[in-house]
Amino acid sequence: MSSNNHELNKFPWKHVIGLALSLILTLIALWVVVSLSLPTVATLTIIVLLAVCQAFIQLLMFMHINENHGRGYRILAIAFGFYIAVVVVYGSLWIMWFTV
Amino acid sequence: METTNHTPIEYSTEEGSNKILGFWVFLGAEIVLFSALFSVYLVLHSHTAGGPTSKDLFEVKEFMIETFLLLISSFTCGLGTIELRRHNVKGLVAWLVVTLLLGLGFIGMELNEFITYVTVEHATLQTSAFLSGFFVLVGTHGAHVSFGIVWMICVIIQLLRRGVTPVTARKAFIIGLYWHFLDVVWIFIFTAVYLTGLVL
Amino acid sequence: MIENIKSFLGSFFVTGDPMIYGADASIALATIGIVFYLTYFKKWKWLWDEWLTTVDHKKIGIMYIIAAILMLFRGGVDALLMRAQLIIPNNTFLTSQHYNEIFTTHGTIMIFFMAMPFIFGLMNIAIPLQIGARDVAFPFLNAVSFWLFFLAAMLFNISFVIGGSPDAGWTSYAPLAGLKLDPGVGENYYLVALQISGIGTLATGVNFLVTIFKMRAPGMTLFKMPMFTWSTLVTSIIIIFAFPVLTIALALMSIDRLFGAHFFTIEAGGSPMMWANLFWIWGHPEVYIVLIPVLGIFSEVISTFAHKTLFGYKAMVWSMIAISVLSFTTWLHHFFTMGNTAWVNSFFSVSTMIIAIPTGVKIFNWLFTLNKGRIEFTTAMLWALAFIPNFTIGGITGVMLSLAPADYQYHNSYFLIAHFHNVLIAGTVFGVFAGLHYWWPKMFGHVLNERLGKWAFWVFMISYNICFLPMYFIGLMGMTRRMYTFPSGLGWEPLNLVITLGAFGMGVGFLIMVWMIVYSAKYGKRDTTGDPWNGRTLEWATSSPAPEYNFAHIPQVETVDAFAHMKEKGTAGNIYKAPFQAIHMPNDTGIPFILSVFFFIAGFGLVFEWYWMAIPGTIGIIVSMIVRSFKDHEDHHHIPAEEVEQTERAAGRLS
Repeated sequence: MSSNNHELNKFPWKHVIGLALSLILTLIALWVVVSLSLPTVATLTIIVLLAVCQAFIQLLMFMHINENHGRGYRILAIAFGFYIAVVVVYGSLWIMWFTV
Repeated sequence: METTNHTPIEYSTEEGSNKILGFWVFLGAEIVLFSALFSVYLVLHSHTAGGPTSKDLFEVKEFMIETFLLLISSFTCGLGTIELRRHNVKGLVAWLVVTLLLGLGFIGMELNEFITYVTVEHATLQTSAFLSGFFVLVGTHGAHVSFGIVWMICVIIQLLRRGVTPVTARKAFIIGLYWHFLDVVWIFIFTAVYLTGLVL
Repeated sequence: MIENIKSFLGSFFVTGDPMIYGADASIALATIGIVFYLTYFKKWKWLWDEWLTTVDHKKIGIMYIIAAILMLFRGGVDALLMRAQLIIPNNTFLTSQHYNEIFTTHGTIMIFFMAMPFIFGLMNIAIPLQIGARDVAFPFLNAVSFWLFFLAAMLFNISFVIGGSPDAGWTSYAPLAGLKLDPGVGENYYLVALQISGIGTLATGVNFLVTIFKMRAPGMTLFKMPMFTWSTLVTSIIIIFAFPVLTIALALMSIDRLFGAHFFTIEAGGSPMMWANLFWIWGHPEVYIVLIPVLGIFSEVISTFAHKTLFGYKAMVWSMIAISVLSFTTWLHHFFTMGNTAWVNSFFSVSTMIIAIPTGVKIFNWLFTLNKGRIEFTTAMLWALAFIPNFTIGGITGVMLSLAPADYQYHNSYFLIAHFHNVLIAGTVFGVFAGLHYWWPKMFGHVLNERLGKWAFWVFMISYNICFLPMYFIGLMGMTRRMYTFPSGLGWEPLNLVITLGAFGMGVGFLIMVWMIVYSAKYGKRDTTGDPWNGRTLEWATSSPAPEYNFAHIPQVETVDAFAHMKEKGTAGNIYKAPFQAIHMPNDTGIPFILSVFFFIAGFGLVFEWYWMAIPGTIGIIVSMIVRSFKDHEDHHHIPAEEVEQTERAAGRLS
């Protein structure tokens, strides 16, 4: 059973690295907003990219999205969700801001 | 890509593996649910109707503590899943309890934040479209966390009563997925609401 | 005190209209009649054991279809009342308020409580059988979905006699539907009932997606699935990713109305247009949720009765997948005329035209399937054949509407009404009727009467064209939707008269169909083989009606049209060959019904803002869920091998 699987008996490095990365990325995002005075668009782009990185850390390092047992269907569900999320958020802003 | 061929207990029955996939699919739907709330909030962000703006309200220290509480709880919850796969009920329950306490701390901070806004700043749900969007987006996440706490208590009781069986293991794994997912949502709230609120 | 009670009752019950008193009386009589019947014939226990607590996908499917036919009747009566009002100019049959309520409930009921449940009913009947499974992936959740839908439908329908119906259109646009312009409980009914049934719909989407992904018979790869299964898979994906947006839209408007927030109000920075935006982000995919499954049904029916494998299987599948991706990128075409930048309108104009391409591909696939087939003109096939030209008219006028500048002329005119009824009736309604005829033997063990079925078909189909084709012209002549009356002298009289006659003709077609169902139950030809149509897919491999466990042995699949292939090879009998093994099945449970009753109670409380009622209802919901969580490890049983053998013997499958 699982107790003889060596993956399970070693120190959970993956989780510790995941936590460290998420804390660091959070602090970088805060630093970009508070301490750097970049143009607004640049600031927003950077922090959104950092957030996307963090989402991937959670999915890959904590949620085991990439392990076996039906990986394809699972990734499909989340990827389609992200696709619709981008369409909804970007589409709504494009429509409702009346700029371009 | 992880390629262990070994099947963890939560996937060991057809029912368990179906329910886990079903839950992932549900999380896909939750992504869309929150994206609709985000789009409403972002469209209405500038519609403050003379009331307080995001720059007036948000306190860096407060929302950073909330963020760290949730990030760490996601980590402890992940450690719980490792204990689950070792079939170690005690370790699993211990980590889940830690997660639960961190979650309660988060909810306490958030309630305190909301109460401060309402009583001190006079920023209520009814003040402006911006605040309606803010309270409902952040509140929906908070409601999810609160629901997760109740749910996690139920799972802990069942684990203590019945030990790690295919059914309880599946439940413990799924509550873990839910908890990590709420952390992902919070990261986007942190980014699109709080940090963006300091910029725009 | 008495005055208070009087004034409460005066606002609680809808008063003042003889038709509503008539409805009150008929509801009371029907309720008394049902209670009397159940008590006198001692059927309460039967009702509870066999239906209210069932988790069997076949019984749930039957209940969905019964409820959908009832709602078709209700929505149809609304439509006939509207047409009766518009038969002559300056008619005073209905007041403007009553007319508003009726077109609102007509649209809402037809989409949410007729079209979707009818389709879900057919999915429930057919999908597990088509993929060779014993049930759906989550039978408990399936029962929850049904009961949430059913009690939400009841909640919506009592608005007619208690409190007042919603009256802001099925799209419920802000600010018209906001508290300022629409006080009272009518809109609350709309918001709460759709919210409850939406939860059930989302659960159905998840359930069928996982069922199709994970429960297929061995050997059935994705590209060997029957086309209805493919269409259900694609529909489930659209449901899962579209419905959460409706959930949010409804929740936000509820918060506006109940708690004074400003999402869609005019004051305090609210954005009424945001409602339209959210509503149609869900609403356009919704069109495909009610369309794609029937495209699957037509594929099954056309292939079966042309006695050929479907032409262009892969093109069919990929066009559906393309539709599922594109359907989320066209929503703005529903509100071009709210005014937007040229880039926005152009983008959505083009994306709308693009989505017509995969739909067109499918039309050609069906035509080529018919080509050189041995066509058998059964009633189901007639509905499928009528679909092709009638739907194409709706599709082409849809492309006309997709041109943003031209839409400024057509928008909200009867041209639009004609377009979407052309798509939804020739598509969805013809489709569910075809499916009903096709799968009826599998549901009840007898075939529907063909002669009456054909009468119903011709009367309904011809009347439908008499009703909707003139609407294009009257729309171009300037008549707009939702007018409760029209003045004389505009030249609209003749066409309005014709339209009304057509509408009543459709009513006659519906009555013939009801008579056909009653007649067939008594005199219908029994289906003793389980395969009345010489079918091609696995649902025809088991007996009719299918036993509780569907298949004594799970079938082995090698090709598309698995059952046709088995019959050719002579291996169809393997499914019921002794010896048998015990079969693992889910237990019946009353929790889904009880949970949904609590949803009803909480919902009714929210509609009237009675928190003394809403809060206990909500607590009931949570407690039901916790009880389920603590009991779900013991929700299975085994059907012993001997019982399987007896059942198969009784079905005449063992000599």
